[in-house]
Amino acid sequence: MKLLAVIETSAPLSSLYHIMPSFPWFGMDIGGTLVKLVYFEPKDITAEEEQEEVENLKSIRRYLTSNTAYGKTGIRDVHLELQDLTLCGRTGNLHFIRFPTHDLPAFLQMGRNKHFSSLHTTLCATGGGAYKFESDFRTMADLQLHKLDELDCLIRGVLYIDSVVSSGPSECYYFENPTDPDRCIQKPYTLENPYPLLLVNIGSGVSILAVYSETNYKRVTGTSLGGGTFLGLCCLLTGCSTFEEALEMASQGESTRVDKLVRDIYGGNYERFGLPGWAVASSFGNMMSKDKRESVSKEDLARATLVTITNNIGSITRMCALNENIERVVFVGNFLRVNTLSMKLLAYAMDYWSKGQLKALFLQHEGYFGAVGALLELLHPA
Amino acid sequence: MAEWSGLHSSTSRHTMDKSITLPPDEIFRNLENAKRFAIDIGGSLTKLAYYSTVQHKVAKVRSFDHATKEATSDELYEISVQEEVTARLHFIKFENAYIETCLDFVRDHLVNTDTKVIKATGGGAHKFKELIERKLGLRVDKEDEMTCLIKGCNFVLRNIPHEAFVYAKHADSEFRFQTTQPDIFPYLLVNIGSGVSIVKVESEDKFERIGGSSIGGGTFWGLGALLTKTKRFDELLQLASKGQHTSVDMLVKDIYGGSYGSLGLTGDLIASSFGKSATADKGFPKEDMAKSLLHMISNDIGQLACLYAKLHNLSRVYFGGFFIRGHPVTMHTITYSINFFTKGEVQALFLRHEGYLGAIGAFLKGAEEDNPNQYSWGENYAGSSGLMSVSPDMNPMQRARSGTFDMLEMDRLERKLVNLPLLQDASSYIPDTVDLAEDALAREYWLYCFEEALDGVVKRALASQPDMPEAAERAEKFRQKYRHKLQTLRHQPFAYGSLTVRSLLDTREHCLNEFNFPDPYSKIKQRENDMALKYYQKVVKSLEELSWEERQFALIRGVLAGNVFDWGAKAVSDVLESEPEFGFEQAKRKLEERPWLVDSYDQWFERLKGPPHKCALFFVDNSGLDIILGVMPFVRELLSRGTEVVLASNSAPALNDVTNGELQILTESIAAMDPVIQAGLREDRLTLVQSGSSSPCLDLSRLDKVLAMVVRERKTDLVIIEGMGRAIHTNYYAMLSCESLKMAVIKNSWLADRLGGKLFSVVFKYEVPAAGHDSEALTPP
Repeated sequence: MKLLAVIETSAPLSSLYHIMPSFPWFGMDIGGTLVKLVYFEPKDITAEEEQEEVENLKSIRRYLTSNTAYGKTGIRDVHLELQDLTLCGRTGNLHFIRFPTHDLPAFLQMGRNKHFSSLHTTLCATGGGAYKFESDFRTMADLQLHKLDELDCLIRGVLYIDSVVSSGPSECYYFENPTDPDRCIQKPYTLENPYPLLLVNIGSGVSILAVYSETNYKRVTGTSLGGGTFLGLCCLLTGCSTFEEALEMASQGESTRVDKLVRDIYGGNYERFGLPGWAVASSFGNMMSKDKRESVSKEDLARATLVTITNNIGSITRMCALNENIERVVFVGNFLRVNTLSMKLLAYAMDYWSKGQLKALFLQHEGYFGAVGALLELLHPA
Repeated sequence: MAEWSGLHSSTSRHTMDKSITLPPDEIFRNLENAKRFAIDIGGSLTKLAYYSTVQHKVAKVRSFDHATKEATSDELYEISVQEEVTARLHFIKFENAYIETCLDFVRDHLVNTDTKVIKATGGGAHKFKELIERKLGLRVDKEDEMTCLIKGCNFVLRNIPHEAFVYAKHADSEFRFQTTQPDIFPYLLVNIGSGVSIVKVESEDKFERIGGSSIGGGTFWGLGALLTKTKRFDELLQLASKGQHTSVDMLVKDIYGGSYGSLGLTGDLIASSFGKSATADKGFPKEDMAKSLLHMISNDIGQLACLYAKLHNLSRVYFGGFFIRGHPVTMHTITYSINFFTKGEVQALFLRHEGYLGAIGAFLKGAEEDNPNQYSWGENYAGSSGLMSVSPDMNPMQRARSGTFDMLEMDRLERKLVNLPLLQDASSYIPDTVDLAEDALAREYWLYCFEEALDGVVKRALASQPDMPEAAERAEKFRQKYRHKLQTLRHQPFAYGSLTVRSLLDTREHCLNEFNFPDPYSKIKQRENDMALKYYQKVVKSLEELSWEERQFALIRGVLAGNVFDWGAKAVSDVLESEPEFGFEQAKRKLEERPWLVDSYDQWFERLKGPPHKCALFFVDNSGLDIILGVMPFVRELLSRGTEVVLASNSAPALNDVTNGELQILTESIAAMDPVIQAGLREDRLTLVQSGSSSPCLDLSRLDKVLAMVVRERKTDLVIIEGMGRAIHTNYYAMLSCESLKMAVIKNSWLADRLGGKLFSVVFKYEVPAAGHDSEALTPP
């Protein structure tokens, strides 16, 4: 069924793009919370080309590349920019831009104002929003979306980015000594011969995929306890309103005041079952008591929320790895953006509970792989 | 993990009730002889367990001495009511607020105990240790919580039929009880306390905590209290049951606009729990947040449980812990989650006595020297409150009436009970033909029927004890108790597992025993036995005069005519009351003429022309004409054909069914008149065994171990089941691995109607197992 969907949507495209598609080159991933946009800025434009380039196209390029913020909420992750990349015989820079999904109408309005549709481009888009907002793209901005499966795009994007990043910080990394906070450091990892691989995408929700090759993968399971849950609960519990704010609070809090630990119950380790005293016995378990509810800070609550969600993803991942008999796990998705706390926790949990059997890997371009995959579809239809 | 930690805040609300007075007849019964105490103190509930001996009356029959027989009367045997001491386990569950009152009560009523120790488990055991030691003067001996839980779980799964159930919120009957499995292991127990422990149980002593989660009941409670400012756990559940999670959660359709078809994810699935609460500026109703939280936690636990079940290849998954206990809301969400994640391959199972597991386990730890696992135990319906008896969701009235005391009583049975070795598939055997919980019409009829019959039963009970002046008071108490049980079952048909005609009958027997009416029909049985014996030789003689062919038919008609004499059937007891002269011949005339309602007589007759059976196991029914003039001549014929016969009768009285004790005496006295029977006994070709049951119905999965042994030794190849209770209400669909004969006369017009027959219609069902089935095990492939 999945395969069919891909063929259906890509058939007309492959006939259109025997030759290089015209600029601009975008790939878009419209998720439940964030829209991720990758934009290829050609740097090898000849004078002739420049002459022929329509004003619209120039203005778009200038607008995107000369700013790092768009409107109130759009942001370009400059540190992720990939320079001197060769795509389809063209050399240029790949830019990574994100904005909240609820600001999509503003984006469409901008597309309309800049007469994006006059460029006769087809926008490759993935994520649920590609389906949900398809008609808005058409009516508000006169744009035709080419919809792509998000998991196909995700895997294609991961494999591509990992293969092209050669300079600068390594795309793939892990944490050495994850169980020792003092000696825990980030180390580069070479993801050659990557299969089989468990790919855990933590967006608003979580999808867990077992990947056996670029085209052979399955969605093992998923959980609704994801980045959206962390932010949603933090907003309700602390009154914060952004992911950054929530993370900042979490970094200053202490989850052990909120959670009930094994040692809170047993006074130490629960030897009978080999449970260490520091393990969380009940997330938010201390909040059953009125006194303790009154004595915790917002920061503590944010931290506990983060730890709860992260550990739970860790547990489910670990069980899937065992069931699928896979030893390497790559965590991606925007929940991990600027979220070293969660990454280290995941690294720790994978290592500790598997007694060193499982390795947690992370990628620099965390949340952008779907969008990259969509862009690749534009250039090299599958 | 621990269910209790930090839950103490909820106890304060009942402080005003602390000075309750406890009715000694109803709660904490039989304390005088109590020993081996155990206590499980949870976050809000305390469960107290003790072992006690119960002195109650049993009816015994004893053969008169031949020398003195003439002198006393014509009666064959005498009936005496004797005191017998049996063992009983008592479990009482009450709110922690009552703990002091209860301990005082226990101390004041504890007389003959030499107990020094009380086994304790649960988190509160530590908190209340000092109080218990001071009040009871017993040393508190702590036992590991999980060990107790597992021990208790094994015990109830093994000893209580219909312990486990599947919960289906929207089905006709929400509780679908599971039949007892011959082998209860292996299984997964998911205990949802403040956190979650996932335990794999492989045998009585081998279990392992294979995993767990910190997201459990404590998360629901703690996070729920923060989000909704609602303090109590059950109030949070109430909120959740009223809420709409779709305003708080981000659904697949919120992201996709519809379903995510290629993955088969429907639009209504939750993509991100609380995913909408980050973007919306408005506040959310408490109910909606509680609902979203409940879904989040239940789904998460369900998912983990499924992952563990899959990894360890286990299909039986039981859920327990305070998060589940008596809460239809959480049972529903967990069931939903398990269905979703396993695509229906694994069913979430719950336990009727889940709340008692820790207390049962702690008790068993303390009673190891008595080796309680070597016995079989039976749930006493008279002394047990039943599922959801104190659930405010299910039964608000009940809570107000009986306080918050819930009880479980279990009787130690004299023998170990096992499966009939001849069941085709013990794991799928269901004794009862109709589940009244699922059949509203049948339920209504039978509840009405039992209520109608109650006056008659009370009258009969009184008549059985003419010399006891307080019998009237006891009979009245019996009436009230049984009527109350019937009322409870009307509203909660699931209270004691599947509601069946058998359970209604058994409950009545338990209630009669409770008030010391061990055998209300003893006198009637005696009179009828004496009378029937007088005709035995005449009946045998007239059968002898028939041709072989005629005799075979006459023998079957004889069994059927005898089966008309059933005091449990109103249509018959009315006749018997009004026509004392109603006899065997009249009964034959009542019988339906062939073709019978169910009639495989021709096949049976053909079979008789073939080689004799090796051994026939005969589950007999009523005393008097049934056993003596119907069954015995038939037995005689079987013996003459060279077939050994095992007669299985009840271990203890039920209605006018013949008991093993009575049958011993009757057979001896028939043997004195009949050389065939005598030779059978002498040559050990006729054996009497007790069934292990004291019910008018028959559960072939709970039979006396000796019976099973005899059946095996004798290579039994024919099972005969007689009577409405044993062959229609139960076992009508039972599949056996050898030939079987099910014979009964329908003596209830409603049932006759339902089966498409009429009063005194005959069921004669001769079955031969499908070819090859029984040889499978014997012939190597």
